[in-house]
Amino acid sequence: MALLTCTNLTLGYEGKKVLEGLSFSVNSGDYLCIVGENGAGKTTLMKAILNLHPPLKGDISTGEGLKHTEIGYLPQHTEVQRDFPASVREIVLSGCIGRQGLKPFYNREEKNLALHSMKRMGIENLSSECYRDLSGGQQKRVLLARALCATQKMLLLDEPVAGLDPKVTQEMYELIKELNYTGITVIMISHDVRAAIRYASHILHIGTPVFFGNKEEYINSRLGSRYISLSECEL
Amino acid sequence: MTALIEKLILYFSYPFVRYALIVGVLTALCSSLFGVTLVLKRFSFIGDGLSHVAFGAMSVATVMNLTDNMLLILPVTMLAAVLLLRTGQNSKIRGDAAIAMISVGALGLGYLIMNIFSASSNLTGDVCTTLFGSVSILTLTEAEVLTGIILSIIVIAVFFIFYNKIFAITFDEDFARASGINANRYNLVIAIVIATIIVLAMKLVGSLLISALIVFPALSSMRIYKNFKSVIIFSAVLSIFCAVVGLFTAILAGTPVGPTIVTANILVFLICSAIGRLAKRTT
Ligand SMILES: Nc1ncnc2c1ncn2[C@@H]1O[C@H](COP(=O)(O)OP(=O)(O)O)[C@@H](O)[C@H]1O
Ligand SMILES: [Mg+2]
Repeated sequence: MALLTCTNLTLGYEGKKVLEGLSFSVNSGDYLCIVGENGAGKTTLMKAILNLHPPLKGDISTGEGLKHTEIGYLPQHTEVQRDFPASVREIVLSGCIGRQGLKPFYNREEKNLALHSMKRMGIENLSSECYRDLSGGQQKRVLLARALCATQKMLLLDEPVAGLDPKVTQEMYELIKELNYTGITVIMISHDVRAAIRYASHILHIGTPVFFGNKEEYINSRLGSRYISLSECEL
Repeated sequence: MTALIEKLILYFSYPFVRYALIVGVLTALCSSLFGVTLVLKRFSFIGDGLSHVAFGAMSVATVMNLTDNMLLILPVTMLAAVLLLRTGQNSKIRGDAAIAMISVGALGLGYLIMNIFSASSNLTGDVCTTLFGSVSILTLTEAEVLTGIILSIIVIAVFFIFYNKIFAITFDEDFARASGINANRYNLVIAIVIATIIVLAMKLVGSLLISALIVFPALSSMRIYKNFKSVIIFSAVLSIFCAVVGLFTAILAGTPVGPTIVTANILVFLICSAIGRLAKRTT
């Protein structure tokens, strides 16, 4: 039984289909990269996995004791308004909201988890800073620390490096790689195919046609080689 | 100065002043606690719409000669809150248009009903009182004070019990949902609480000025503090301060209570803005 199995998914909004007949599975410890053009439906797929926007058809199941609500999530656009007053610590701690249950307040264990997550992301010195005053890279780290509070097993990252400069992008990729080494399964949406084939173990290419397989298969496939050379042309 | 203090002490010996103070402080506290969430969730316009609905319900209650107006106003306003929240999520009707329709409709109908059915000889005065709360806070009965206290305690308890959930949903609703939080249920709770606050605040500042009580302390506090907890605490402090100062000024100077409290809030907002700007410049 895989950690996450999607069978024959059809995704879309109010009758408008975005994606059809998508099947793939993710095993514990995998690093899956989802690539594809803008508007191909990558974010829509992620929302389906998170149970935020159920698929029109098909089935998403989790295994090995993973619950839907125990997936850490890094959104593509944060809906955070420019003027939202929140400290880094408050935001990271809110990652524990799913474990909190009916308790009104966070307990010591949850506070320690938040602290530990901030340390893993190297932002413990920012803990009382205001989120909106941070740089783009720091903000992503805060949201990643929050995601780490929500999960021990699986992270879903929607374009985690969008809008970051090359150096910070590199740091972000290394950070994610280390998390994957410690046993966390990573599903990352990326525009950057070269990074995808460098870091991922598996690739899911959404579009027509769809590709799913491990990295080597993707590099050797016609779709993969074309897409990779295309992205090199763009540089 | 001593004359002023003596006058205050004298006023305090009147139960209606003490009642007004108790209800005023509690209302100010409740509205500021949820004001921050409303402002951040862009819900403040719902508060405005609901206050007009409360006015409409109030005119019906007055005409029906109910012993306790709250029995009608509270459920009607709560229902309107739930409906507004629903239409806000429904993509077919634009949320803001629906709110404009309901609020203006309630305001117009309310006045019409009062105009046709009211037996009062001073209709304009009655309407003005309901809209601007000029004296209603000073004419509270013991039962009304008790209802006010109970409602406030419920609102404050809801805030503390759900504090972390409210934060999570306000900051990032998708993330909260993905973590298994039933955001719709909490949005419903928030809507019902807003309705309660509005009914409370109607007595203090009148239905046209309720939004000021909800929005100003939150905005003032957000100029200065940069984390959620401090913003909430400071907005509560500011709101209570303005209510007390406004109430006393109104009693001593004979000005209408609601507008005086709102003026205090405006002044505090200007001061906080100035402090916020100065702090930004020095760092
Ligand atoms: N809330 C929505 N309602 C209707 N259509 C949407 C919504 N969100 C996205 N879409 C449409 O679904 C398609 C896929 O979008 P998305 O999943 O965001 O693509 P990607 O993340 O791959 O760039 C796009 O055509 C987009 O216009
Ligand atoms: Mg996307």
